[in-house]
Amino acid sequence: MIEISIAKSNVNMTLPLQEGISAGFPSPATDFMGLEIDLNRDLVLHPEATYYGRVSGESMKGAGIDDGDLLVIDKSLEAVHGKIAVCFLDGEFTLKRINIKQDGVWLVPENDKYEAIHCGEENNLIIWGIVTHIIKKV
Amino acid sequence: MFGLVDCNNFFASCERVFRPDLAHKPIVVLSNNDGCVIARSNEAKALNIPMGAPAYQYKEVFDKYNVTLFSCNFALYGDLSNRIMNILRTHCFRMEQYSIDEAFLDFSGCKIEGVGLKIKTQVLKWTGVPVSVGFAPTKTLAKLANRIAKKFPKETEGVYVIDSQEKLIKALKWLKIEDVWGIGRKSSNKLRALNITKAYDFTLLEDNWIKANMSVVGLRIKQELLGKSVLDFQELEPRKNISVTRTFDKNYTKFEELRERIANFAANCSEKLRNQHSCCHSVLVFINTNYHRKELDQYNQSIIVNIPFETNSTIEIVHHALVGLKRIFKSGFEYKRAGVILMNFSPDTSQQLSLFGGRNIKHISLMKTVDKINASLGNQKLRLGVQDTNRIWKMKQEKLSPNYTTNIADIITIKAKS
Repeated sequence: MIEISIAKSNVNMTLPLQEGISAGFPSPATDFMGLEIDLNRDLVLHPEATYYGRVSGESMKGAGIDDGDLLVIDKSLEAVHGKIAVCFLDGEFTLKRINIKQDGVWLVPENDKYEAIHCGEENNLIIWGIVTHIIKKV
Repeated sequence: MFGLVDCNNFFASCERVFRPDLAHKPIVVLSNNDGCVIARSNEAKALNIPMGAPAYQYKEVFDKYNVTLFSCNFALYGDLSNRIMNILRTHCFRMEQYSIDEAFLDFSGCKIEGVGLKIKTQVLKWTGVPVSVGFAPTKTLAKLANRIAKKFPKETEGVYVIDSQEKLIKALKWLKIEDVWGIGRKSSNKLRALNITKAYDFTLLEDNWIKANMSVVGLRIKQELLGKSVLDFQELEPRKNISVTRTFDKNYTKFEELRERIANFAANCSEKLRNQHSCCHSVLVFINTNYHRKELDQYNQSIIVNIPFETNSTIEIVHHALVGLKRIFKSGFEYKRAGVILMNFSPDTSQQLSLFGGRNIKHISLMKTVDKINASLGNQKLRLGVQDTNRIWKMKQEKLSPNYTTNIADIITIKAKS
């Protein structure tokens, strides 16, 4: 049986502020209680448009993206020059930097071993989403 | 003005979000146990694959036209639905979610110029799911406007507004009587027999006749069709009954097999019941043999077990469901289908204390803990011993897509190899 569940994590990464011992003078920190660092809130600007993906390969090494990294992808953002995008090309998702030039759109890897791809109409390119953060295990 | 936003071929469109290679290709989504077709992309509709078609009967068509099949993946559809509903909420001050893939939006006193296109564009860009939008002065007409938007995507660009008498008449003359929102098959057959074939014909009927033949419900439909809003805007209400019913992939003859199934269904229902903060008073259990196999002995029986107190404890509900099963089970039959329905709800907050044999108060906190553990460890990690003891049963889901949005092990892989 399958239950419908929500993608948003209900486990927040929080760094709680410590409450002082309440004897005598009231803690001035009480005004600030409830403030916490929530990575979901800070890394996910548009929860409804945010998806996650796993990197496979080394072609974006120069941009600091390694094999196995977790990507935060925002579909709501526009594909503008210089952004790193999840593209759908020739039947698979692939990671490239977008380079818009006079002669059209170039998908540029960040690794000398690979070459930039020029995208014409015949390639059927889909920019699926824009990478906003890279999460890596150290 | 009311808006109705409805996703186009929702389940099929969800599958396509993470499979852009399937754009413009025929897709069908199959029901539980991969039994019947429950959603089709436009391309699959064009192949004349009907809704509800048994999958095995259409195997040749699927093969011949390269139709991609999917087992239904409600974790994925539910997540995308939540995203869409959250987006829609930002466009209006009140919203009524009508089903997993459609919602009414209240635009009373607001300008709607350009709003439809904005909604459509945003939902498509943010989630990848195409929607159609209809606007009209009543909910029933908003449904109709949406139907027009969906039927004529080129002319309407997926958005249609009924905002003049002329457009209203034209739409009513186009809409078939059986497609009017709220008119069931029985009524539409009756109306067709009287040569009332279009919604427009229906609006010409006398109030008295409608009231006599279709009660006030029919009268309300007429008023709504004429542009007078009489249907309330309903913000989400808890459901009045909860059911889990399944057709098995094989026949069961043993009591133990059915006991496992019924316990599992009842446990599932109980969890849903707690999710909406209700308790129930009765549980219905039914078992059926295979109706289509006339050569086999037939036996269909159901029973309602009234629980002497209100509860939403899995332990208590499963116990009473099994008491019911024991009463109706007969050996010597091959069972193909069974189900559990919980009924007679009351809010979880209004606990009546019974002097003798009330609900076990300890179960309340126990169930909270169970739900919490299951939420973090995955579905049904913690369950009753009677559930799934020998893993007798497993849903047939041969074509299940990954849970791209709800399980981190299933997220898309992005190649960085070229």
